[in-house]
Amino acid sequence: MEMLAQQIANGLILGSVYALIALGYTMVYGILGLINFAHGEITMMGAMIAVAALNIFLHVLHLPPLLALSAAICIAIPCCMLLGVTIERIAYRPLRHAPKLASLITAIGVSIVLQNVAMMVWGRGYQRFPDIIPAENVSAFGATLTPVKIAIVLLSACTLLGLWLLVNRTRLGRAMRATAQNPEAAQLMGVAIDKVIAATFAIGSALGALAGIMVAANYGQADPYMGFLLGLKAFSAAVLGGIGNLAGAVIGGLLLGLIESLGAGYLGTATHGVFGSNYQDIFAFMVLVAVLVLRPSGLLGEHTAERA
Amino acid sequence: MSALKNIPSRVLFGYATAIVAAAILPLLTGAAFGNSWVRVLDFTLLYAMLALGLNIVVGYAGLLDLGYIAFYAIGAYVYAWLASPHFGLHLSPFIILPTGALVAGLFGVILGAPTLRLRGDYLAIVTLGFGEIVRLFLNNLDRPVNITNGPQGINLIDPLISITPFSFYGLRVTSVYCYYYLFLVLCAAVVFCCIRLQDSRIGRAWMAIREDEMAAKACGINTRNIKLLAFAMGASFGGVSGGLFAGFQGFVSPESFVLLESVMVLCMVVLGGMGNIAGVLLGAALLTITPEYLRAIATPVQMKVFGRALVDPENLRMLLFGIALIATMLFRPQGLWPSRQQLPATKK
Amino acid sequence: MRNISIRFFCLVAFSALLSLTACDKKETPVAATAVAVAPVPQSLTVKIGHAGPLTGAQGHLGKDNENGVRLAVDELNAENVTIGDKIAHFELLSEDDMADPRTATQVAQKLVDSGISVVIGHMNSGTSIPASKIYHDSGIVQISPSATAIAYTAQNFPGAMRVMANDSQQGAQLAHYAVEKLGMKKIAIIDDRTAYGQGLADVFEITAVSLGATVVKHEFTTDKSSDFNAILTNIKGTDAQLLFYGGMDAQAAPMLKQMHDLGLPLTLMGGDGLRTAEFLKLVGNDGNGVIGSLPGIPVANMQNGPAFQKKFEARFGVIQLYAPYAYDATRMVVAAMHEAGSAEPSRFLPVLQNMHYQGVTANIAFDNKGDLADSAVSLYKAVNGEWQFIETVGAR
Repeated sequence: MEMLAQQIANGLILGSVYALIALGYTMVYGILGLINFAHGEITMMGAMIAVAALNIFLHVLHLPPLLALSAAICIAIPCCMLLGVTIERIAYRPLRHAPKLASLITAIGVSIVLQNVAMMVWGRGYQRFPDIIPAENVSAFGATLTPVKIAIVLLSACTLLGLWLLVNRTRLGRAMRATAQNPEAAQLMGVAIDKVIAATFAIGSALGALAGIMVAANYGQADPYMGFLLGLKAFSAAVLGGIGNLAGAVIGGLLLGLIESLGAGYLGTATHGVFGSNYQDIFAFMVLVAVLVLRPSGLLGEHTAERA
Repeated sequence: MSALKNIPSRVLFGYATAIVAAAILPLLTGAAFGNSWVRVLDFTLLYAMLALGLNIVVGYAGLLDLGYIAFYAIGAYVYAWLASPHFGLHLSPFIILPTGALVAGLFGVILGAPTLRLRGDYLAIVTLGFGEIVRLFLNNLDRPVNITNGPQGINLIDPLISITPFSFYGLRVTSVYCYYYLFLVLCAAVVFCCIRLQDSRIGRAWMAIREDEMAAKACGINTRNIKLLAFAMGASFGGVSGGLFAGFQGFVSPESFVLLESVMVLCMVVLGGMGNIAGVLLGAALLTITPEYLRAIATPVQMKVFGRALVDPENLRMLLFGIALIATMLFRPQGLWPSRQQLPATKK
Repeated sequence: MRNISIRFFCLVAFSALLSLTACDKKETPVAATAVAVAPVPQSLTVKIGHAGPLTGAQGHLGKDNENGVRLAVDELNAENVTIGDKIAHFELLSEDDMADPRTATQVAQKLVDSGISVVIGHMNSGTSIPASKIYHDSGIVQISPSATAIAYTAQNFPGAMRVMANDSQQGAQLAHYAVEKLGMKKIAIIDDRTAYGQGLADVFEITAVSLGATVVKHEFTTDKSSDFNAILTNIKGTDAQLLFYGGMDAQAAPMLKQMHDLGLPLTLMGGDGLRTAEFLKLVGNDGNGVIGSLPGIPVANMQNGPAFQKKFEARFGVIQLYAPYAYDATRMVVAAMHEAGSAEPSRFLPVLQNMHYQGVTANIAFDNKGDLADSAVSLYKAVNGEWQFIETVGAR
């Protein structure tokens, strides 16, 4: 029982990070119909910039830890927003009316460039996230947690609430929804769709950067390769939930986190050791395939004909 | 032969020139720069076959496949199982390569069947998942029963061709040359198949599905069978190239079949020009040779300009590659050498 | 259609042009390393190849190996070694394999093309194995100073040898230490499903079990993962005393942190993938008590270590890791050439196989597979951000 509680906690923490990143994919997809493959790399940049800034604040400027952390977050997130908007302007906007695969390839190109720029700036090695958050373990419902883990879940929940309010209760949110439904019609109604799209990228990148910082804080390190796997998992989560659907991304993320953690935890016991935790990724992908075969538009996606 | 008569002599002359050029290319390359560049040419042909196979699925039928390397892996492992000390089998390549194609084709259908209802990006993620599942199985099926030898891979695979090196007008001829001609012949066969397919009823049906699946169905095309056929055909080409790869390298391990390889092959197809055979060949050649070329010159050029290697050549090479991908797509969104049949796509 | 044939021709011409320029540039480094042939009339030029990652994340380690070979070559040239009745002049050709398997086959082909008789390399197992086939096909002797994978010599290529303990020897020594010296009875294992991690962990498991310990859990992860909470939670449910990790530092560091976060007070142990400066940089003082191993002996404890260190450091600076092994490999091959009276691999290989050579690192002799007949593994413990030497096991 204690183990189950711990595994569920593990899954939810992992899932909240996936959910935050998946939102970035889904928002862009909802509006542009584009898989922004570079989103995982933005997450990585968020983590790397935050770690670098944190080291400067702590060791050069000697700020108190919590102030340094907040300052680092305040630097990393705007940097990533700017990065996201720049990428959209350079690599995606000119291709908005080109074949879909063309922008997929530029997205891959952007992702390769970002990864290598990060390696040139910070080297290929791993960057350590300084120990500034006390690592005292807390017990809750039989699961052992740390302050960072609790912060991840709470912060994710607050961010999601904020995003929901933004999309459903503000003018910008309405413009985003209108653009997602029909860009031409939205434009005719006076929505400046270029600005809306830029704003979408900025928000998505901010969420990605925040997730990246959380990952770095939780695992204690950041590296130029981290974006790829995180991005891939989050993208799967977005598709699982129904890409283009905000609630779907959150549910998909949490579900994927739980599947992975319970898969690793119980596959071995369930199959009497024939399949062990080495099959956790296979298990996760199989669930994904099964869901999509049964519900071709994901869990919450609406079944619509491909947008022409 | 009547078909030949319909082709203008100028085109025939063009093909003849290409064939002669392709035939003497390795000799020139080997004489001028050494056998290591002939090896690069071998890989170019291997990737060209792979890219042509993917072109059937993505270029003709318009089905975005991000797990294509799985079929390459299956072909390679079939070869490794049937011609290595791993199971003690040493069958002839004439049996193994068709078997590999068949098995890969079968897997193509297995993948295709559940994905028939999926479109666009959902298809992409399912195929991606399939590619990863195949790789992970190869990496983990060493226990409880050792089938794939896990991460250690299978070694000592029988070579496809083995000759004693000899000298030919001062050129040291080794098996890399034989591989080149073998791959060239097979690549030409694949090109021929593709040309015939493209102009056949099946090819037109694929393109109809690509342009509008609903309309294709309404016109009486059995979209299910035709889509499955695209998956199977593409997969079997991948299987053959995988078998050739195993026989050429003599060693297969799961790390050769990662997602990035699928992405690379997709880049070859899209960058060169989807649906156009010559374009795909161009894409494969560019994406195989350019990185090698950059690798060879990155350090020496930096040494000359700055006196030391400032930037890690691997990073520099990948950075340039990424920029090249972006720039090419921005200036030629249809690919470097696009297909003519493609409508000026305004699809989004 | 006319357009197509013209374009096709352009394509062919373009690719020819591309390779043409490639060659131009490619020749420079070889020319730069070539030294004028000594003016001795009866002289013989022997080309010695070296391959390893000279750039990238492991560039400093590859360069270290290269410097070991270079030191040996320069010394041998000054010593006027004779092979047969001629004075030999040695020429070093060094290539960068970028630690990438496919690039490794490429540079192996290039070295073979340039007529080397022996290659000292490659540095990594992943590169040494695919390259060994090319050397084997051309009958060239390959001695790796640092490739440790079992598969490298298990191919039974007569010319593929190494002067370093392999993973099997390392895994076995680690298990001996854990069970016999530390008295661990219940062990949990995690491996990263790479050729290195799986090989090391499997040997460790088999040896530990044969020594009477129980493996209570064997879990798996990948070399790209960063979240190990799920598998660590599984291990938490057992009564394991020690966690052995077959894998690299980049995963071991967050794994250690997650062990602390989950309240899992186990000793973490690993091989040379974990015993790195990078690991200590990432974990800081949390690393105290972690045990790691390194094949070979610390330079200070080698029989001629201090003298070698002085020589080496005067020219190239600090020894990174494997330079003494690369140095030994080079000198030993040349000694075999001298004894056989020939620089032909087919002639000096039999001599090399049966040779007992007194090197800097150890008294080197090969077993029938090309592995060290007598290999040493050293154990270290992390204490306050440094790897503290515990003992060397395995060498007589």
